[in-house]
Amino acid sequence: MKDIVINNPLEDEAIYIFREVAAQFERPAILFSGGKDSITLVHLAKKAFYPAKIPFPLVHIDTGHNFPETIEFRDNLVKEFDLELHVHYVQDNIDAGDVKEEKGRYASRNQLQTETLLQAIEEHGFDACIGGARRDEEKARAKERIFSIRDDFGQWDEKNQRPEVFDMLNGRIDFGQNVRVFPISNWTELDVWTYIQKEEIEIPSIYFAHKRKVFERDGMIWTANDEVVYRDKDEIVIEKTVRFRTVGDMSCTAAVESLAFSIEEVVKEIRQSDLSERGARIDDKRSEAAMETRKQQGYF
Amino acid sequence: MEKNKVLKISTAGSVDDGKSTLIGRILYDTHSLKRDVLEAIQKNSKQKGYDYLDFALATDGLVAEREQGITIDVAHIYFSTPNRSYIIADTPGHEEYTRNMITGASTSDVSLILIDARNGVVEQTRRHFFINNLLRTKELIVAINKMDLVDFQEEVFNAIAKDFQQLVQAGSFTGHRITLIPISALHGDNVVNPSEKTSWYKGKTLLQYLEDIKFEDIHENSQARFQVQTVIRPKTEYFHDFRGYAGKLKGGELSVDDKVVVLPSKMKSKVKSIEFYDQKYKKASNGSSITITLENDINVSRGDWIVKEDQLPHESKEIEAIICWMDKTPMLSSTIYQLQHGVHSVKSKIKSIDSKIDTDSMGKVQEANELQLNDLGWATIQLAKPLHFDSYGENRDTGAFILIDTKSNTTAGVGFIQHKITVD
Repeated sequence: MKDIVINNPLEDEAIYIFREVAAQFERPAILFSGGKDSITLVHLAKKAFYPAKIPFPLVHIDTGHNFPETIEFRDNLVKEFDLELHVHYVQDNIDAGDVKEEKGRYASRNQLQTETLLQAIEEHGFDACIGGARRDEEKARAKERIFSIRDDFGQWDEKNQRPEVFDMLNGRIDFGQNVRVFPISNWTELDVWTYIQKEEIEIPSIYFAHKRKVFERDGMIWTANDEVVYRDKDEIVIEKTVRFRTVGDMSCTAAVESLAFSIEEVVKEIRQSDLSERGARIDDKRSEAAMETRKQQGYF
Repeated sequence: MEKNKVLKISTAGSVDDGKSTLIGRILYDTHSLKRDVLEAIQKNSKQKGYDYLDFALATDGLVAEREQGITIDVAHIYFSTPNRSYIIADTPGHEEYTRNMITGASTSDVSLILIDARNGVVEQTRRHFFINNLLRTKELIVAINKMDLVDFQEEVFNAIAKDFQQLVQAGSFTGHRITLIPISALHGDNVVNPSEKTSWYKGKTLLQYLEDIKFEDIHENSQARFQVQTVIRPKTEYFHDFRGYAGKLKGGELSVDDKVVVLPSKMKSKVKSIEFYDQKYKKASNGSSITITLENDINVSRGDWIVKEDQLPHESKEIEAIICWMDKTPMLSSTIYQLQHGVHSVKSKIKSIDSKIDTDSMGKVQEANELQLNDLGWATIQLAKPLHFDSYGENRDTGAFILIDTKSNTTAGVGFIQHKITVD
């Protein structure tokens, strides 16, 4: 028998938060994107409730623009962890006329996810949605609570967030309200990667260097997939060895040139990198307040 | 080797004292500012017509405040050195945001107080010190900033240091470790890199000091306190009889075979196993999220405490506490609030508001019949069921609670338990 539990305070904190969600809410769910942060959440949830099963389903808001590798990964994970999965398609909302598809060069379905998410929450009656957002990702997230109270439009009012003193979490809500929970709020990008490395967590292959057909635009590298990513005639398709540092949709996530084929090499690359994680996301570049505005509208 | 350790720092200070600039400078000098963020700062500084990099722009967050150039609420900023990781909980300095300062400091190991060298100790400094004194923050770093504007004069620094020490004498908690450092956040003197302009200063730079802080010096070990968050009952074939109590251990260590008492039931038992995920351990220390099983099959539920039988906490249906009110709706006597102590909730009533504390005059008390937003005061609270607790001075984790407004569900106040009132 081992001597003493070796603390990883970030892991202890995340597990503590998961347990509070299970205790305070009736129908929580884990928002799963197939990205490294949501995969890490699933592993933390497993540790939090072991040897019992993870008591929440996974919810995936499928934009239709996912990297096929992440879909395959998601399905394998669900099978391995014996989880319930609910997939909600942004395409359904587009077809129903609830939202309008963007067109043109910088089109993405990123903002459209909000509507689909809100409908999924209503349909299943989820009172708490657990997400992998972190405070170091972006300015508006730096001020986010662990328990973020949203109204029934999923809207976030920065002036009405509850103080979180010590580690006490107050998730009391009225009917119609909803809470977003962020167990890895205090983890940095590097913390997530070193955890993945230490725990030997499997993640989609696109996070590692691979050959891909791409084109260049605005100094960034985009996946050449004409069904999903708009490409001008003069933007030529070439093949490069790249990897993805963050995984959103194909249409809003740029790749970086890389020779990091293993997790060790990825961690090393991140330590040395001078570009922030979301630097390759155009959804944030649209305006400085892009994230804050999306959260006010009910985003994750 | 502190590989996994994270040091949490709370900062408070007026926007004019250069706090945001200081944080930006720390990020810049530790290479924690990424290129794209730095480019944004360069662009913004140029747009505003500054001939220097306004690092404050790296930390300001929400739209409303950006226009005013002030930071409100608590913002979390992350940086690391090869030695360890740091989290800064940054809060605004002015009087209206006492609640945010307390929130930021409650989860921090170290407090950083900023003083403008031209102004010295002002009302705001007194308030910041007082709040840290109330919270019993062990490690206080006082950065005397804008030394460049007073020509890096040693006399100025010494005069301010003397005034600050007088403040310290007036505090009721005497266990602070206080360090004063002369800096210029704008130019980087003594923040990360030592200054050539303060040869009279023989101390460490701010970052050096932070790097040298040892966790065993700031974390006090008090008595083991384990509060049950959830009961784990897999009921699967393999784990048919498994009944584990999951929670975060606070205060001290817990070992297998320890004789324990469950509260409030007062049933006795022994720790059968301490588990983390699929591994069993002999011992767990302060801060671990673990699962415990007990020898006997007794009834334990969420909110119950498991403590060592020779380390019982106090028990009472009435407590005295210092409250910081955090809600727009004032706290009034005879009002009922839900009191949350860790993860345990109990109905409570404000028996009396005994006095209001004036943070500007170092804690002088006045009569009061209500506490408004950002007020601090003494109150006596009655509880529907007995509370098991330590005073805040005995145990930071189990000596605090929050008060919840039952109509709005919001966290309306935070309390620091001061005394136990003997009730027959």
